[in-house]
Amino acid sequence: MALDSIAEILETARAERKPFWRVVLEADLEERETTAEASFEKMRMTWRAMVESVEEYRGDRRSLSGLVGGDGARMRDYAAAGDTLCGPYLREVIATALCVGESNACMRRIVAAPTAGACGVLPAVLVPLWRTGRTEEDEVVRGLYVAAGIGAVIGFRASIAGASGGCQAEIGSASAMAAGALTALRGGDGEQIGHAAAMALKNLMGLVCDPIAGLVEVPCVKRNVIGAVNAVSCADMALAGVTSRVPADEVIDCMGDVGRRLPAELRETALGGLAATPFGKSVKERMERGEI
Amino acid sequence: MTDIFDILGPVMVGPSSSHTAGAVRIGRMARTLLDGRPVRADIGLYGSFAETGRGHGTDRALVAGLLGMPPDDLGVPGSFAAAAEQGLAFTFRTVQLRGAHPNTAVLDVTAEDGRRLVLRAASTGGGRIRVEEVNGVKVDFTGDFNTLIVRHRDIPGTLASIARELSKFRVNVANMSLCRDRRGGGALMVLETDQRVSAVTREMVAEISGVERVTYYEREAD
Repeated sequence: MALDSIAEILETARAERKPFWRVVLEADLEERETTAEASFEKMRMTWRAMVESVEEYRGDRRSLSGLVGGDGARMRDYAAAGDTLCGPYLREVIATALCVGESNACMRRIVAAPTAGACGVLPAVLVPLWRTGRTEEDEVVRGLYVAAGIGAVIGFRASIAGASGGCQAEIGSASAMAAGALTALRGGDGEQIGHAAAMALKNLMGLVCDPIAGLVEVPCVKRNVIGAVNAVSCADMALAGVTSRVPADEVIDCMGDVGRRLPAELRETALGGLAATPFGKSVKERMERGEI
Repeated sequence: MTDIFDILGPVMVGPSSSHTAGAVRIGRMARTLLDGRPVRADIGLYGSFAETGRGHGTDRALVAGLLGMPPDDLGVPGSFAAAAEQGLAFTFRTVQLRGAHPNTAVLDVTAEDGRRLVLRAASTGGGRIRVEEVNGVKVDFTGDFNTLIVRHRDIPGTLASIARELSKFRVNVANMSLCRDRRGGGALMVLETDQRVSAVTREMVAEISGVERVTYYEREAD
């Protein structure tokens, strides 16, 4: 089957009595003419690259412009002291999102998920869960199929590119993917996965793409944090039995429509939003003068 | 259908799939099609590549690709120093192109033995690329498939002969294009295939009368 509707994935899962992740895996087998083992191993390698993107972080690295770096370490130090508003899991989620987002800006190795700019969201919610032994590697890999399935549907019905849909298409999509994966990992059923993804995408609807000087740095790194934290709250809501009143596919179509209506200035052109603030413009001018 | 490993992937060096990973792939494609070690590269950047390329490491990424690095090679940010060590001289400039994709690069590369290749390619998003021109001939391929590029004289029967060789070796053509500069002149055939094209098959194609040169790009392994 083609991954072009959440409702269809859920129907197939129901009719064939298969979990969500399995339906996505089988779609991959059809598409790439490969075996279940090879596909699963490829996904496992993707997961290990994600883990590595977290572990290879160093707080002393800076991006080419110098705007980004060190915040992941700052957050980790603060978290280590233990006196945070968030609990142990959530503060690790925040730190991890910053670390991976910064590593990306510093030209380190990451997994685009679904894009490089949003690469911190999935590792931020999954790696801390796995590290503390609350889930097994095979479970996480299955969770990544759930995430990939949701992302494929969004890519087909709407967009996963900031240039066409704004940040909602990148961080919003990553958040929906992460919310679905988390829900699956915590034992949620297909319906709950759909609700978690729909709620996550709704909560970030309309988010604009306004990178300062056109770089994947400010505000992109910190937006990974909101994508991750939003995913956690939506997964918990779905697991509690809270539902999205608007069906997932309608939310996705709506996100695509909102993206098309966004003015070009707010779609990765660096002409509006934070990029057009006095600070944003000053960075661009310094870059044009070759100072950064 | 979207490949789910395009959604979760590529594994790449940051910061941007289009401005960094795609740029590495463009450089690699130029190296492959040059079919030799490049010693000189004059690189033109257009649109967003020209405007924000430096901050995204697009320049380092293109050079890394010319040195043969894949998009996830941690050597990408240090490619300028690696180029100096490996004897690759390069220049960058901004170019104006009409109606081009905003992330376009034009690479004029020269190999050790003096052979030259001019390649124009766009980075179309998510690390994917599209090659649009090879040595002045319009083409359209992505590197998502194994790609056989055959330069030949425009004489009847060449296409049939090449197709026969490929079918003999059970290679299925997914997409193809054929363009010539003038009737009876030079022509360029681009065949995107599902299977790998073995060295033996390529040799058989190269021996077909009228075929001048065969180059081959093998898609990145899973």
